[in-house]
Amino acid sequence: MDMNQYLSMFIDESNDHLQSLNENMLELENNPEDISIVQVIFRSAHTLKGMAATMGFEDLASLTHQMENVLDLVRNDKLKMQDFIFDTLFKSLDALQSMVQDIMEGGEGKADVTSIVSNLQAIVRGEKPGEAAAASPAGVSSADSTMKAALELDEFQQSILEQSMGEGHKAHYIEVTIREDCQLKAVRAYMVFDLLERFGEVVKSYPTVQDIEQEKFDKSFSLYYITQKEAADLENMIMNVSEIGSAVVTPLDKESLAQLVSSASSQAAAAVEAPEAPAAPQAAEPAVVSKPAAAPAQSSKEAPARKPAAGGTPAPSRTIRVDIERLDVLMNLFSELLIDRVRLEQLAGEIKRNDLTETVEHMTRVSGDLQNVVLKLRMVPVDTVFNRFPRMVRDLAKSLNKKIDLVITGAETELDRTVIDEIGDPLVHLLRNAVDHGVETIEERVAAGKPDTGTIQLKAFHSGNHVFIEITDDGHGIDRERVAAKAIKNGILTKEQADAMSDDEVALLLFAPGFSTAEKISDISGRGVGLDVVKSKIESLGGTVLVTSTLGQGSKFSVQLPLTLSIIAAMLIKTGDEKYAIPLSSIVETGLIKRSQIREVHGYKMIPYRNSNIPIMSLKQIFDIPGFDEENEEESEIVVIRKGDRVAALTVEEFIGQSEIVIKNLGKYLPAVEGVAGGTILGDGQVALIIDPNAFIK
Amino acid sequence: MGQELKVIVFKLGSEEYGIDVDKVETIERMLPITRVPKTYSFVKGVVNLRGVVIPVIDLRGRFGLPETEATDQTRIVIVNVEEMQVGFIVDSANDVIDLDTDVIDTPPEVVGGVKAKYLDGVARISDDRLLIMLNLSEVLNKSEIIQLEGLEA
Repeated sequence: MDMNQYLSMFIDESNDHLQSLNENMLELENNPEDISIVQVIFRSAHTLKGMAATMGFEDLASLTHQMENVLDLVRNDKLKMQDFIFDTLFKSLDALQSMVQDIMEGGEGKADVTSIVSNLQAIVRGEKPGEAAAASPAGVSSADSTMKAALELDEFQQSILEQSMGEGHKAHYIEVTIREDCQLKAVRAYMVFDLLERFGEVVKSYPTVQDIEQEKFDKSFSLYYITQKEAADLENMIMNVSEIGSAVVTPLDKESLAQLVSSASSQAAAAVEAPEAPAAPQAAEPAVVSKPAAAPAQSSKEAPARKPAAGGTPAPSRTIRVDIERLDVLMNLFSELLIDRVRLEQLAGEIKRNDLTETVEHMTRVSGDLQNVVLKLRMVPVDTVFNRFPRMVRDLAKSLNKKIDLVITGAETELDRTVIDEIGDPLVHLLRNAVDHGVETIEERVAAGKPDTGTIQLKAFHSGNHVFIEITDDGHGIDRERVAAKAIKNGILTKEQADAMSDDEVALLLFAPGFSTAEKISDISGRGVGLDVVKSKIESLGGTVLVTSTLGQGSKFSVQLPLTLSIIAAMLIKTGDEKYAIPLSSIVETGLIKRSQIREVHGYKMIPYRNSNIPIMSLKQIFDIPGFDEENEEESEIVVIRKGDRVAALTVEEFIGQSEIVIKNLGKYLPAVEGVAGGTILGDGQVALIIDPNAFIK
Repeated sequence: MGQELKVIVFKLGSEEYGIDVDKVETIERMLPITRVPKTYSFVKGVVNLRGVVIPVIDLRGRFGLPETEATDQTRIVIVNVEEMQVGFIVDSANDVIDLDTDVIDTPPEVVGGVKAKYLDGVARISDDRLLIMLNLSEVLNKSEIIQLEGLEA
């Protein structure tokens, strides 16, 4: 079988399971008594193990197996969750994560996890990891000793056996041992089962069929079997399967059955009492041996016998996974359609025939709706980014000896995939800042009369065409004086300038490049390793970031992001022979000014605008555009653009109009051109560059 | 006998150049080019190739040859090198030939004014016909361009 086609599915699902493991572990840490959470964790781990084993990632499977052993004790009330157990389990999760990462990058998911495994085994033995390093490896032998004991029948299965004996069938107890040198134990076991099921019915097996399929057994397995065949025939049949070491078939009558069952149950009871028998309770679950052709009696017995899953089964998923590349193809095709639509609109406008115009208008409406649908397809809840934060904050807080509650709201808020992919790192940065520099240590908090646990709120919400993500902490806030002092010392501004600034403006200084990378940054109120990177990243996404802070009460970082990056509304303008698109989101207004209104202030050109003066720039000069004599114009068309709170005017030759444009990148070969955010294809098939106004306002 | 190699042949001035056909996506007639400001002087701009925006460079400019006006024969050869799509403006392109790799010699120091590092070799097709094999990775090598620009500035 070609496993490669399943690999991406495996990776996706593993990540999902790891994520859910992480989340539930965090939840369990808050409610260590809640066994239902352990059940969920156990199931996730179990599925993960099965998938890994099927895909042949042995290290992954065996580490999960060890985790399962620990969890199994916990869910059966034989082990209380404690700090060191959490730490070890979290470490295991990290190891699993890096293995999956390795697989994603084309590796084989191998990793040296012996120390984690031995810690987990120590926990299973009831020791604290590290305390008894020399303890004997208990895992394997204990599993072996519980082997027979675990083959316990519930009443229902017992009655089935008895009933079929009454009807003239033969019941057998079979023990099969596979040869030591066998390469594919599970396959051999499967062949045995397959063979047996052709001539009868397997009532119960140990280990369960599921475990056997996942190679979760040592060398031998045993089962109760109903058939018409004689014991000797069965032995021969089984021995004919290659690589089988031995097959012992014991015919059962009512008496011997009763004997076997009672001895098994007493042994099993003993095993349950012994804490080092993690596998026993699991085996007590009914075996699921049904194949599609199984006898009706069997399927009817399964339903009532199966334990109701704790926590309820999740509702069947109503989503499908789609390769992001396919969506990109769809997006590309759609953008071509959009381009043709614009062209059609132009043509219809020129030709002026009613039925054509109507058809084009209808097509415009339909494609508008289609555009919404296509865009929505690409929307992903921010949850996919947020979900790694609880764990991160927990670990950070722990290492910094702080107590921090992370409250997440609005995780269901949706953002375009392209934005989601990019926004993770800046948010990590901001959260780290909040944990490290925002929230005070426990002592400081108590001294300030605050509760010893700090709160960081991570909040996402929609507003208009934007998504806001806010990170609020109740820490000590930003000390204006110290930030300003640092800025003055770094030569970013003068004392006078600093005094004239509002608190929020001072806080924004933290985002200044150089300012934040200064080495001694941690001795001022904090906030700041590489915040300039955060800012430029967010701005490259067409977003903005703002800080507000109250000294002693905390600070809030607010990130504003566009919903999507692929299709935007833009103003098309012309200068000389060249056409450009300016994103509507950065345009305040358009207008006309007389050239006589332009004044020189400090060597900068300024124009009056709403009771103030704003800088004015010439697109012709910035981009060195030929074929346009701007200086001789009496009046100039201007576009007032903004970046955050700051505005500036840009002179252009003429406005073409507003249009929806599809952003395309200019290819890897071209160097990044300052002021150009990409290209778009106009209705006439020509490429127009998209202006990035953010680059013009410094 | 060496290996068979299929090459696209194009002309710059009087010289004939060859590119491995696997690296060539399409050959287009001249397309409307949108100038991109503030980039290398030989980058003519970007074109729309069936919905994809592709940068176009003038190969004459890249090799330091005098640039000429586009004619009917002018073609844009779209190549795909190291996952970059780039168009080359060439004087003409109208031939595909099969080469035996044995006939490709290592490049001489200077051929037709093009720096030897851009060349993979020179193939002698017949007594009076030489084909200059281009090393596309070097032609598109940006670190060298940046150095050059630095020197000029």
